[in-house]
Amino acid sequence: MTRDGAPTRAEVCAVAIAECFRGDGEILANPIGTIPMIGGRLAKATFGPELVMTDGEALLVENIVPVGVAQPDKVVAGWNPYRAMFDVVWSGRRHVIMGASQLDPFGNQNFAFIGDPASPKTQLLGMRGAPGNTINDKTSYWIPAHSPRVFVPEVSVVSGVGHDRAAALGDGGRFHRLVHVVTNLCVLDFAPPDHRMRLVSVHPGVTVDEVVAATGFELVIGDVGESRVPTDEELRLIREVIDPNGLGEQEVPS
Amino acid sequence: MAPDKRISIDDAVAEVRDGMTVGIGGWGSRRKPMAIVRALARSSVRDLRVVSYGGPDVGILCRTGKVREVVYAFVSLDSIALEPHFRNARQSGAVTTMELDEGMFLLGLQAAAWRVPFLPTRVGLGSDVMRCNPGLRTVRSPYGDDELVAMPALELDVAFVHMHRGDRGGNGQYLNVDPYFDDLFCMAAARRFMSVERIVDTGDFAKEGPVQSLRINRLMTDGVIETPHGGHFTECVPDYGRDEAFQKEYAASAKSDEAWEAFRARYVDVTEAEYQQAVSR
Repeated sequence: MTRDGAPTRAEVCAVAIAECFRGDGEILANPIGTIPMIGGRLAKATFGPELVMTDGEALLVENIVPVGVAQPDKVVAGWNPYRAMFDVVWSGRRHVIMGASQLDPFGNQNFAFIGDPASPKTQLLGMRGAPGNTINDKTSYWIPAHSPRVFVPEVSVVSGVGHDRAAALGDGGRFHRLVHVVTNLCVLDFAPPDHRMRLVSVHPGVTVDEVVAATGFELVIGDVGESRVPTDEELRLIREVIDPNGLGEQEVPS
Repeated sequence: MAPDKRISIDDAVAEVRDGMTVGIGGWGSRRKPMAIVRALARSSVRDLRVVSYGGPDVGILCRTGKVREVVYAFVSLDSIALEPHFRNARQSGAVTTMELDEGMFLLGLQAAAWRVPFLPTRVGLGSDVMRCNPGLRTVRSPYGDDELVAMPALELDVAFVHMHRGDRGGNGQYLNVDPYFDDLFCMAAARRFMSVERIVDTGDFAKEGPVQSLRINRLMTDGVIETPHGGHFTECVPDYGRDEAFQKEYAASAKSDEAWEAFRARYVDVTEAEYQQAVSR
């Protein structure tokens, strides 16, 4: 199947994800989620061939595997079962892109549960690997539906460690590297001196006011750019090679 | 000559007593010892502390009132992200939890396996793992200034794991791509029971897979149980994939007491043979 026409929002998001991995070098690029996987594979297929990636499970693959295809051809280069993944993470050789149910201004992340630890109002995923990922490795977040329910002044429980908490650890937080947040509306980072979340760029067709209205705390806003649109070659790779079934569109509809 | 450790499911489950800490191998809805979990669910045992990279094992045991505490990093059905029975148990306050990172969980099992009281790690620093578990302590490096989390040993009274092949002596072989942490569950436990899809002659392991697939050796097991299709409905490739249709039916049984009672009558309060008959559609 081929798709024509102007870049979609989902495709802009995939490019923004790909850009998160630029300059990472020979590390395990580990994007979790549909558009993150599209973006990560796009980075590897273009400016980041040195990135190491998995098939989503225990294999390291060197070819660009399409998302959501039942039995894709895999060029298997390595074995990375869960136990080996901890070796990668704890030795600082990974950049993970995780989701979040809640994120606060310093990037403290929650996807464990909402409410009282003894009997939460809403049980979510649990801590999963977030505490270990964030204290050891480069981390970014992907938020497919930017809203004040996700971007909150204070998270219910901290699963992924934010900048203020890492700074409070002093030397103990020296491997903490929380860099980007990509959403369906914009790209954010933590570049200000106090590491508060900053609006970097809005996706084409999105206004700064829309982002502000969809965020439950005050963002740092200076020179806000427009997110890069995919090149013709990137569009071809997304539409023909990486996401032939248009799964990105399901995560972020036009 | 290796001993013959073949036993029945009931023999294995009879070793579990009220209040014990029980470790269950596999990961999410993958290669879980479900035949044993079903037998536990039918038993009269209660107040268990369940240690698991959780899937439907945790959900079923919570729903049938067997569980006091869940030691976990996630409880997921994989293709259904959140385990609905576990969610209900959590949200009603029916079970307490030890909230852990996936890697801390590994270190807890490893510490128990190595008979040390804790293992140091950076994991947990700065996160609310510390707030959720007031008993967790940190330790200062004797070689520098680093302060690290002292992950306590997760000592298990009983461990249950499910492998693809085993022999009479209790050696075990996995044939999928990930061994998960099944060997560590066994090493961390006082009593260790392994269900297998099929028991083969020891000399025939080599026909099934490479030597690296022999992840469990008989030093790690006290009993082996042949349970064909015993991992159902979790994934047990290459023997069989996850039964997604059945898993949906299982998940839907969390919607109401009536739905659960119907599911329970048909699939839980039955013998393993009756269960296998019911699901061979």
